[in-house]
Amino acid sequence: MTSTDAAAVPADFAPWENADEKPLIEFQNVTKRFGDFTAIDNLNLQIYEREFFALLGPSGCGKTTLMRMLAGFETPTEGTILLGGQDMAPIPPNKRATNMMFQSYALFPHLSVADNIAFGLKRDGIPKADIDARVDEMIRLVQLGQFAKRKPHQISGGQRQRVALARSLAKAPKLLLLDEPLGALDKKLRQETQFELMDIQEKTGTTFVIVTHDQEEAMTVASRVAVMDHGKLIQVDTPAGIYENPNSTYVADFIGDVNILEGHAAKSDAGCQITWAEGQPAINSNCGTDLSGKVHFAIRPEKITVSADKPTDKPNVLQGKVHDIAYLGNISTYHVRLSNGQIIKAQSANNRRLSRRSFTWEDDVYLSFTDTAGVVLAE
Amino acid sequence: MNMLRRTALILPPYLWLLMLFLVPFLIVFKISLSDIELAIPPYTPTYDPEKGIWDLLSQLDFENFIFLSEDSLYFKAYLSSLKIAIISTFLTLLVGFPIAWAMARAADHWRPTLMMLVILPFWTSFLIRVYAWKGILSQEGYLNQMLMNIGLISDPLVILNTNIAVYIGIVYTYLPFMVLPIYATLEKLDESLNEAAVDLGCTRTSAFWLVTLPLSKPGVIAGCFLVFIPALGEFVIPELLGGSNTLMIGKVLYQEFFSNRDWPVASAVAVILLLILIIPIILFQKNQEKQEAGQ
Ligand SMILES: Nc1ncnc2c1ncn2[C@@H]1O[C@H](COP(=O)(O)OP(=O)(O)OP(=O)(O)O)[C@@H](O)[C@H]1O
Ligand SMILES: [Mg+2]
Repeated sequence: MTSTDAAAVPADFAPWENADEKPLIEFQNVTKRFGDFTAIDNLNLQIYEREFFALLGPSGCGKTTLMRMLAGFETPTEGTILLGGQDMAPIPPNKRATNMMFQSYALFPHLSVADNIAFGLKRDGIPKADIDARVDEMIRLVQLGQFAKRKPHQISGGQRQRVALARSLAKAPKLLLLDEPLGALDKKLRQETQFELMDIQEKTGTTFVIVTHDQEEAMTVASRVAVMDHGKLIQVDTPAGIYENPNSTYVADFIGDVNILEGHAAKSDAGCQITWAEGQPAINSNCGTDLSGKVHFAIRPEKITVSADKPTDKPNVLQGKVHDIAYLGNISTYHVRLSNGQIIKAQSANNRRLSRRSFTWEDDVYLSFTDTAGVVLAE
Repeated sequence: MNMLRRTALILPPYLWLLMLFLVPFLIVFKISLSDIELAIPPYTPTYDPEKGIWDLLSQLDFENFIFLSEDSLYFKAYLSSLKIAIISTFLTLLVGFPIAWAMARAADHWRPTLMMLVILPFWTSFLIRVYAWKGILSQEGYLNQMLMNIGLISDPLVILNTNIAVYIGIVYTYLPFMVLPIYATLEKLDESLNEAAVDLGCTRTSAFWLVTLPLSKPGVIAGCFLVFIPALGEFVIPELLGGSNTLMIGKVLYQEFFSNRDWPVASAVAVILLLILIIPIILFQKNQEKQEAGQ
């Protein structure tokens, strides 16, 4: 692994693009209802071996339900889940080659850290010496050496989380399910653990499915991200794909910061033109598909340049006044009000000291972006 | 000020203990060191202000305790009480655990009702309820009638006036003391622990033995003591349901006090019973402390 490459998977790892590749997990028209409430709605999904697959979505959208169906704690109301081509429905949770790391950790309070990790191994009737060796290995992996003999209530939250991780990894499952594994950790520890997770994934080759509320986390660790809403998958793509090419305003809005402008698209020589507001110049963009009529133009704040002088070389230039500045340390977000009242967010790196910033509140500024900076979306 | 407040806070419980436990105990202990006498009260010496306390103390001796150790009846009665208390505690556990477990797993909206049903019998007099068992267990009782009606037996079973009736009585009476502490621990148990066990390869049954049961241990221990301690000195149940050969120390105590009017010996019996009970009471206390420390 090169030091600059953050992702756990090599850049050319993309089994989902290969039609011959057999998925490890396959959801076929899976629906799950609780009473008359539909938690998972006719969902189709393939997850491939060695993937680090992140499920992202608002609270209650069905992420945990999806995981619990994989682990075997819930059965689909309709549809099939295949693991390695085999229908999972008749296989009870204890016979599945999956292990789950529970959101609450679910550590056994009466067992020591080492015994918690050994719990699953002991169920398999492995010789004691092998169990001990494996437990040692796991404890070293999560760096809990001096806590092996402690009970769960005698260690910190972050350490407990590592025990839960070690316990779910110990049996070297084909598939590891992590339900918001890092939710309780502070930012720094969370980032450390994210890298640790990717490292573990690289070493063990296990397939990971991770649920998270934290889109940054999903972007950091995942080979692919699925954005869910109301029991449906809205988009499944690589982190870069999701970020750069969201397929809907929902996804664009859910992942990261975005400006969304409503307008009408019409074909032009260079691509298409979006007329979006009275008195504002039309936006030149290259509409990927043959979109026309009512559209949404989505553009990320960091793709918009703020300048005091009117740029001449950009296809899109808007004029406005600085309405607000959010200073975030390394970057600042400028909220610029256009003449029609629309607020556009633009971001720029703070490569100068704060006192020498070029513009301040109520300054007239120009916003500019290229014709490929934004995406045109139907909805 | 702080000191004063703390004293004020701990004073009431200590006063309570002093008045209702220590003082009565000292009185009973004093009687156990006295001699029987045909008088009112039926023992001597009694406190005479003219002779002073030292005269009283000088007349006390351990005669009654020596008597107890010489007559094997008492030893047998203690032993038999222990046996009955242990067996019935075990039986109560066997009956109580599944009830507590089912309660803890019942749907949320059912739990208050189930809890109520467990506590409900306390609203009727204990004595009446034990009497009612006579009507159920006797040879012409409901149980035998029912068994004979469905053709399971042809002759009535002799249950009343045997140790079995005593076990039934104790299990019935003390069941809530077993169910409630076990329920309390099981109810707190996180279902995801069971799921985690199953996820790691346990069957539902082995998850029960490896996770549910060990984690309910404090509740089981508390329940066992709460049944064992009163069962050991139980009088009403063996008196009403047990036979003439049901030997329990509570009955002996009663006979000494009321039939023989030998208060000093009866007091000695009571003092020894208390000393025997102190061991489980201390163990119970330790268990409670450990449970609190574990949380
Ligand atoms: N056992 C159940 N009975 C009834 N409804 C349920 C049950 N389990 C989940 N649901 C419902 O299904 C929906 C999806 O739940 P799920 O736990 O999968 O959400 P989630 O995406 O994991 O949310 P969160 O991010 O808050 O954890 C929720 O609306 C929830 O109320
Ligand atoms: Mg969830």
